[in-house]
Amino acid sequence: MTTTATNSCEARSKRFDSAIVNRLRSLAEVEISPEMVRAHGLDEGEFRDIVAILGRQPTLVELSIFSVMWSEHCCYKSSRALLRNLPTTGPRILQGPGENAGAVDLGDNLAVVFKVESHNHPSFVMPYHGAATGVGGILRDIFTLGARPIAVLDALRFGPTADEISRTTFLGVVDGIAGYGNCIGVPTVGGELHFDPSFARNPIINVMAVGVIEADALVFGRADGPGNPVFILGATTGRDGIHGATFASDVMAGDGGESRPQVQIGDPFVGKEMMEAVLELTRTDYLVGIQDMGAAGLTCSSVEMSARSGTGMVLELERVPVREEGMMPHEIMLSESQERMLAVVEAGSEDRLRELFAGRGLVCEQVGEVRDGGRLEVRWHGRTVADLPVGPLADGAPIVARASAPPAGWRGDAEPGPLPEPMPGVEETLLRLLASESLRSRAYVFSQYDHTVRGSTVLRPGAADAAVLRLAGREDAIAATLDGNSRHVALHPRAGAAGTVAEAARNLACVGARPLAVTDGLNFADPGRPEVFWQFAESVTGLAEGCRALGTPVVSGNVSFYNETGELRVDPTPTVGMVGQLERADEVRGMGLRTAGDAVALLGTNRGRVSGSEYQLLVDGRPSGSGPGVDLEAERALIELLVRTAGERLLRSAHDVSQGGLLVALAECCLASGDDLGVEVDEVPGHGELRADALLFGEEGARAVVSHDPQVGGRLRELATELGVPFHPLGRVVPGRFRVLDLVDLSIQEMRDVWCPRAGVADFLWPADDGRAGG
Amino acid sequence: MSYRAHIQVTCRPGVLDPEGKAVKEALERLGFAGVGRTRVGKLIEIDLDAADETAAGQTVERMCTELLAHPVVERYSYHLEPRDAEAGEP
Amino acid sequence: MSLSVGVVRFPGTNCETETVRALGSTLADARVELLDHRRGDLADLDAVVLPGGFSYGDYLRAGAIAARAPIGAAVRRFAAAGGVVVGICNGFQQLQELGLLPGALIRNRTLRFFCGDVHLRPEGRPSAVTCELDRGAVYRIPVAHGEGCFWAEDEDLKRLEDRGQIVLRYCDAQGVVDDGANPNGSLGQVAGVANEGGNVVGMMPHPERNADRLTGNGDGRVFFRSLAAFCAGGAR
Repeated sequence: MTTTATNSCEARSKRFDSAIVNRLRSLAEVEISPEMVRAHGLDEGEFRDIVAILGRQPTLVELSIFSVMWSEHCCYKSSRALLRNLPTTGPRILQGPGENAGAVDLGDNLAVVFKVESHNHPSFVMPYHGAATGVGGILRDIFTLGARPIAVLDALRFGPTADEISRTTFLGVVDGIAGYGNCIGVPTVGGELHFDPSFARNPIINVMAVGVIEADALVFGRADGPGNPVFILGATTGRDGIHGATFASDVMAGDGGESRPQVQIGDPFVGKEMMEAVLELTRTDYLVGIQDMGAAGLTCSSVEMSARSGTGMVLELERVPVREEGMMPHEIMLSESQERMLAVVEAGSEDRLRELFAGRGLVCEQVGEVRDGGRLEVRWHGRTVADLPVGPLADGAPIVARASAPPAGWRGDAEPGPLPEPMPGVEETLLRLLASESLRSRAYVFSQYDHTVRGSTVLRPGAADAAVLRLAGREDAIAATLDGNSRHVALHPRAGAAGTVAEAARNLACVGARPLAVTDGLNFADPGRPEVFWQFAESVTGLAEGCRALGTPVVSGNVSFYNETGELRVDPTPTVGMVGQLERADEVRGMGLRTAGDAVALLGTNRGRVSGSEYQLLVDGRPSGSGPGVDLEAERALIELLVRTAGERLLRSAHDVSQGGLLVALAECCLASGDDLGVEVDEVPGHGELRADALLFGEEGARAVVSHDPQVGGRLRELATELGVPFHPLGRVVPGRFRVLDLVDLSIQEMRDVWCPRAGVADFLWPADDGRAGG
Repeated sequence: MSYRAHIQVTCRPGVLDPEGKAVKEALERLGFAGVGRTRVGKLIEIDLDAADETAAGQTVERMCTELLAHPVVERYSYHLEPRDAEAGEP
Repeated sequence: MSLSVGVVRFPGTNCETETVRALGSTLADARVELLDHRRGDLADLDAVVLPGGFSYGDYLRAGAIAARAPIGAAVRRFAAAGGVVVGICNGFQQLQELGLLPGALIRNRTLRFFCGDVHLRPEGRPSAVTCELDRGAVYRIPVAHGEGCFWAEDEDLKRLEDRGQIVLRYCDAQGVVDDGANPNGSLGQVAGVANEGGNVVGMMPHPERNADRLTGNGDGRVFFRSLAAFCAGGAR
């Protein structure tokens, strides 16, 4: 574009002023039509409420602000009534839901801060950037409380990779998580990976971050003190992700081709600079409050901070540093440009703040001021473009009453699905399961994540059921896990959700950690469908039951609805992130066998429940029945036993039985041993009563496979009896061979060849289940 | 005078270029026939002021040798275009 | 007299905390401090360590911008005067960009970042991180990089080998150096390179991530003991 331009500043500023005047005029002239209301994702009833709250028609900027604050993603209008049923308090809970993340007391003035978030739709549209910004966002939620992030975990769900789009999504997401996490220097230490057709156009990307901080140094997202300046920190503001919050609430119409402009792009180097600067800032005496600008950017953070303090704010949008030309005020309010935070500091400390941020290539601009009176006033070039009460914006969204009904033909706690006839060979089935995308080694994925940066990773991915991180200068350690089982939940949401909590707790207890608290990521389809809302309601009930029974309150989490595309709807997926504590880091144990001659035992009872199992899917092609059920009392007892054995150092290894069942769990213990150790199993409880496949591939919970020095067998049995946990010797650890009864006799190498195909020390392969394309 | 330098940095012929190979293979999988040599590099655009085009070229040469191209594994080429200093394009 | 070691932190450096900790716990006598990237003088130090990370986001090329930071000139002077300079991972990349070590480190041949354990065999001349290593032994050390593939012209590689400047190679657990043990495609399975004097060394693996028995088998400690021994042996 060429224009005849003069060098005159005056001419330039005249052009500028008239451009602004024109935009202000066009803003004022906008007519709020019913179509426009709908385009903003609001229904007639909500619009009437808005008019009643304001006592007049809203301006365009005000409409935009309501549309994001009252979107599902920001205000949880379909879910918050039910979420109130989750237990959220306990003697060690320092911060429950309501802040950017939750916090739990570890003792000796240290707190662990953690949260899980979803970034599902953006990861389908642009897998790399959607996943990368998911990591960036969750990390900011941790360090905004002043906690240094020490670990990331991710739970990922895709369609089977024989589907080219699913494969591309899978590879892009892993690349994005690695790209961001590795650069910012926080180890990605755990998570899970699941493939199922229901996720083929609706990937689920749940990212969890964990951080630590002195318990008395937590900082919150508050806007206290009328007159205190409000600053924007971090990156410049562009048009990224505008309406991303409503985007997350809208069912995607097609293949995502048209949705591209709404995905945010992040920069992990800017994220790293932000993290270091903000961590310094949270240690000053002049910071009043700080919050990440995530969904709905400046709007959500200014409203939430004001609401927490009972104050209000005035924002001067022309002071927001922008990276695009011609940004309108509503665009500035809704932008989801990454790596930005909103901070309130004590009046008079502005220069100290600017000095802290100087030289880091980060924005540090005052954009407003805290005010009394509970209103958010948005001004732009001297004109007020929005003037809204904070309370109704933050809490006033009408709760949407949703119909709830189980799917037609759901039989509740009916018979489990039938066993396949004839029964396939056990050994051949084991090898097929170990080779499947569901159960094979995840080294292809986690080897792309830096999981040892910071030098604090005691148990790496693949070594155990949970990640363990040591704490500098202390003897204790933190364990973390992120789990889900969408198939079990689809078959029986309440038992499946409770079972997911149990699995997370078992994973922590297996490494020797006592479970402390939960962060939940709830991923469902359209809650307007009664059966979907029923799945959600039942899942929340199950989560609450599990959390109460196991003593793990929920301290944070998120809900993601509308995970569907056309007719394809996700299986209900409540993901449970859980953090635990080992009293002494050196009490840790992994799942790999350690020493030939050790005894191998089963803790718990085999019940042969194949409904919803990987085995059922492999042989029948589809899940059926009502799932494996859940026994929370048995889970609680098992977890207590596993934790107690840590203090007494009774176990050499421990691995819970979950996906794949007992035989797969035994195989995994061998595959995780560094020296190709195997087992000889001569007895399996239930052998003879249960059919062999049900016995070996059933996925009921409350079980763990452990190895121990034979000398401590007596003490172990005594403790198990005291706690009411069945204890069954299975066999012993032997070099190189995997023999189970007279049903399986394989070398460890044979299993490894199918479970972890690789072309070199760093070249893992990921063939699609149908045998197509490797690497 | 104001110039925009368009600088291309590519890896030297003898150096392994796994990215070029991966791009070639991806194109072939998409059905493109007869795809030959494929190399992946970088494009760097720099606006600069200089007395004349020769001076601009000398400056860009030094930028390339001192920073933009790694002397062991990369090579560079560039062309200059005069630009209107007042043009509004960012 | 206690050893004085500086660990440089650039914007984007990630591994300085554990590098400082590993040095401190391995070398009881050492004084270890963090150095800002704008520092202009290193004369009072015995050794400088450039740790791993993504300095400047790996913009343009890994290590390219860090090498041109203010401390870069000081590092060159320090090395020229015989000071010990160790570059780990991103630090190795920075030393090449500074022209203090030969060759280049390009993208892994798999095009993927790789984090995992590798085995290393020491060889060549005694260097600041290998002089205490046992020639017949194999060391297990973590790597974590996306651009660790060592490349040099054929004649340069030969010259390095002849002069004993290749100080670490990737091998398998039995010590056999071959391509299957190579995580990134480095020519000659090169994992670490030194200058002619042995006082400037770069290595891709991270010894600081295996400096105690809680996070590994402790094989990383001897690399730091070498640093102390080399300084004491007085190349300066």
